[in-house]
Amino acid sequence: MKKKYFLNANIIDPFNSINEIGGLIISENGKIEAIGKKVNQNNIPVREKFIDLKNKYILPGIVDMRVFVGEPGYEYKENFKTLSKAALSGGVTSVVTMPNTDPTIDNVSIVDFLKRRGRDKAKINIFPSASLTKNIEGTNMTEFGLLQKKGIIAFTDGTKTIQNTRLMLRIMRSAYDLDSLIMQHAEDLELSKDGMVNDGIIATKLGLQGIPDMAEKIIIDRDLNLLENFNCRYHISQISSSKSLEAIKQKKDKVKFTTGVSINNLSLNENDIGDFRTFLKLSPPLRTEEDRVSLVEGINKGLIDVIVSDHKPEDEEQKRLTFAQAATGASGVETLLPLALELFHNESAKLEKIIECLTSNPAKILKINKGNLSTDNDADFCIVDLYKPWVVKKNRLVSKSKNTCIEDKKLQGLITNTFVKGEELFAYK
Amino acid sequence: MAASTKKAIKISQKHLLGIQDLSISDIKLILSESKKFISLNRSSSKKIDILRGKTQINLFFEPSTRTQSSFELAGKRLGADVMSMNITNSAIKKGETLIDTAMTLNAMHPDIIVIRHQDSGACNLLSQKVNCAVLNAGDGRREHPTQALLDALTIIDRKKRIDGLKIAICGDILHSRVARSNIYLLNMLGAEINIIAPSNLMPNDIERLGVNIFTDMKKGVKDCDIVMMLRLQNERMTSSFLSSNREYYEYYGLTPEKLENAKKDALIMHPGPMNRGIEIDTHLADDINKSVIKEQVELGVAVRMACLKIFCGK
Repeated sequence: MKKKYFLNANIIDPFNSINEIGGLIISENGKIEAIGKKVNQNNIPVREKFIDLKNKYILPGIVDMRVFVGEPGYEYKENFKTLSKAALSGGVTSVVTMPNTDPTIDNVSIVDFLKRRGRDKAKINIFPSASLTKNIEGTNMTEFGLLQKKGIIAFTDGTKTIQNTRLMLRIMRSAYDLDSLIMQHAEDLELSKDGMVNDGIIATKLGLQGIPDMAEKIIIDRDLNLLENFNCRYHISQISSSKSLEAIKQKKDKVKFTTGVSINNLSLNENDIGDFRTFLKLSPPLRTEEDRVSLVEGINKGLIDVIVSDHKPEDEEQKRLTFAQAATGASGVETLLPLALELFHNESAKLEKIIECLTSNPAKILKINKGNLSTDNDADFCIVDLYKPWVVKKNRLVSKSKNTCIEDKKLQGLITNTFVKGEELFAYK
Repeated sequence: MAASTKKAIKISQKHLLGIQDLSISDIKLILSESKKFISLNRSSSKKIDILRGKTQINLFFEPSTRTQSSFELAGKRLGADVMSMNITNSAIKKGETLIDTAMTLNAMHPDIIVIRHQDSGACNLLSQKVNCAVLNAGDGRREHPTQALLDALTIIDRKKRIDGLKIAICGDILHSRVARSNIYLLNMLGAEINIIAPSNLMPNDIERLGVNIFTDMKKGVKDCDIVMMLRLQNERMTSSFLSSNREYYEYYGLTPEKLENAKKDALIMHPGPMNRGIEIDTHLADDINKSVIKEQVELGVAVRMACLKIFCGK
């Protein structure tokens, strides 16, 4: 491909501590040739055309650590092709896919299939995770070593938690030996049984079974205690309450681990459920405003490392039911970045911090060379018109499933272009 | 009995989904209309043709004797064509969703649908999908508005007022739609409410609804004018909240000893059906001086007639 030249952009690259106005040059093989304030009109050959970004922002391609894709088994909800398109429209260029498919990603032969499909059908970088236990039954460990060799980046039971303490200890020991990354969805299934919303005044008023925040904290406490003996690479997939944040704060100095949060828990609270809006039935559930505010503080203080979309495509029919019967989860890979920018626009968090939690932090945890704009790396980046207002509309969503929890939300910050390996794969129309 | 007034009565809502949605004037309207039907129901000719030509569909997803028959009788006495859907034989068992059932019924042009469903919010969902008015006969554990209205009517009938009364509600509050609707309604009408339940059956943050909470029943019923007992609902409990029925009765069953702490002229209420010997002493339940349980059933028909009339726009 031809070399590409961009000028007059606000470049934010937390990995390289870049936050300046400058330019970007992409080489013919799609790598970053030069970037930053040192790139100006003088670096561009006279006969070459350049794109004047007029102070739009250049950000590294977002690394979303929690995305559910429907392949294999639930292709009607989302497949690699549609996921890729949706991600690109949101500036996301790398995703970690969850193993909760049919069949589950729990053995090496299915990983072959997955990597092939991902490579053929998706234009973004797919980093598949495999399950911690066979068939996500929570009983027998999967083969961490062999799966890793095949390209599995992390191990998680996705929507399920390891309930058995002895098994969890053994998993940590194995992960420690093999340098595997384990990601735990923290939910004590007995405490959360039949629950569907936060256990508080909203549950009482709506007459719905609640999930106490203790269901999350108790698993976090247990795992962080176990980690003291075998400190493997450990990541808490999502937290949703201030109680969990307290638990994390107390152990941060004693044990090495990382934490993620869903953008939904940073932007919404239980009141948004309103009149039984099933699109806001999530796991973990939306909790109180105090919880939400403390989670944002957690980001600012560096207690939470990563923001994810928790993109869970669901067929609309599965949502057009009573709250108790409706499926759990919201789609969101394409709105992850714009929704995260709301924290910048309402002055809750600094822009660099937000971008760091979406790019360099997840990449560091996953040990992948993505989420940065380093020279000689693949040119995976997005261009954002940071102040442009727009409204989230279901029918304009790119994902195959339209179960967004922020329908009609007014946002500022539009992704105008996304590039992977230097090639423009998305342009806003 | 004098027939309907010439002008249609205006209520602020199209549907009766819950007490939470009603204003004080809505409540006063429904109660005053209900009073007019009490004597009709006691007379020899119990029928008037206010709802002649109107179609009422009863959609009961949960078993119910008193509410379903109460609504059926109410509709028929007003002259409506009442159809009760038998869910056990219906397409629901074949996997039809609530919305599809709603749209099927809607195509038959009913004037009013009465729904009872095991999931909270089901009546809200239905009301968004049909053209006619929807009356909630109980959804999950959320609301049972006609029950609260008939309870209020019963109290007013006996005590002449609600404002200033001290009312205890005792039992499985966590799973109870009757408790919630009563809390909303009795608070609006100025009563002081004591909620009594073991911690396992007490909803989180319920004091934010404006009630006093007690786990000690003797303290909870102290100086109360009304003691409302709730059934221990086995079908709603999917795992064990209590050790045994007899231990529950020991601490939370209404017995003469516990009732002694209430006012001397305190009345006993129960939405039914009762589990004699589990939440209420069998003799107390039948005590004609204290128990108004039968009156509740009687006034229930009057209240439902009023609701059908008002929400059909008559």
